[in-house]
Amino acid sequence: MKRVLLPLAVFLLIVGFLAVGLNLDPREVPSPLIGKAAPAFELPVLGQDGRRFLPTEMRGKVWLLNVWASWCVSCRDEHPVLVELSKKDLLPILGLNYKDNGEDAQRWLKQFGNPYQLSAVDADGRIGIDYGVYGVPETYLIDADGVIRFKQIGPLTPAVLERKVLPMAAALKK
Amino acid sequence: MTRTIGFVLVCLCLLVSGLNAQESSLRTQERTRQLEEKLRCLVCQNQTLADSNAELAGDLRKQVAEQMAAGKSDEQIIEYLTARYGDFVLYDPPFKLRTALLWVGPFALLALGAAALVLVLRRRRAAPEEAPLAPDEKRVVERVLGPAKGDGVPR
Repeated sequence: MKRVLLPLAVFLLIVGFLAVGLNLDPREVPSPLIGKAAPAFELPVLGQDGRRFLPTEMRGKVWLLNVWASWCVSCRDEHPVLVELSKKDLLPILGLNYKDNGEDAQRWLKQFGNPYQLSAVDADGRIGIDYGVYGVPETYLIDADGVIRFKQIGPLTPAVLERKVLPMAAALKK
Repeated sequence: MTRTIGFVLVCLCLLVSGLNAQESSLRTQERTRQLEEKLRCLVCQNQTLADSNAELAGDLRKQVAEQMAAGKSDEQIIEYLTARYGDFVLYDPPFKLRTALLWVGPFALLALGAAALVLVLRRRRAAPEEAPLAPDEKRVVERVLGPAKGDGVPR
């Protein structure tokens, strides 16, 4: 009996570790910015000459900051989800147009629809670095005090929206 | 005469300061390279910042170089990066409660393996030696295998 039990226990232990380990996505690096103030910036706004945007303008609101670019393939996957969300008018979506060409970006929005209240232009990716961006698209949920509450790495899916982002946003609005 | 000496002195000063500047920029380059070897590229996660061709790696290298040039210490630059990307950017993560398993785990496994080995060996030594064959058993063996030859080592 003991001859069986010990190898079985070791086997189950390994299965346990593998079950957890193989289900982790090494590409999802937990952000140290969760629970911290969203880094400040002042950037030009896409398609609006002379207008500049500061995140402090959004104080008092719960909002999404979506990092996107016209060269980013997964952003195209994600885009309909954002457009759909913007139609529901649940929370403002702002874009951070990351290392993109202004003309391409505007053409892209014209073609696929514009879910953003506005898109700040981060042409050289400096602000992206401040936000710990490493794989576009990324989305930040920022609360009324300007604190980052959630970060989605990779495209937002309807499932992530329904299960995480929207319930969190609803709770934060109270 | 004094003019010539003055001129030569100025020249020497310029030369020395030029050499100094060159040396310090070389040292900065070396420091930058060493630091980049310690940092992980977040896009190609098994490459260092120095090795990676990813665009983000290029941007981060630029940041490191700029901050180096601005006189920041290695620690300050590492802090800048970990504040944004977490300990994951470090190939040599600090020892914390969160990373304790990472650091201690392999040694714990090694100790466990060594303990198991000692246990098994000790048990094997404690096991009684096999009793020699009884005469009637020996007869059966000889009948099956044929009579023992020479030193009795089976072939």
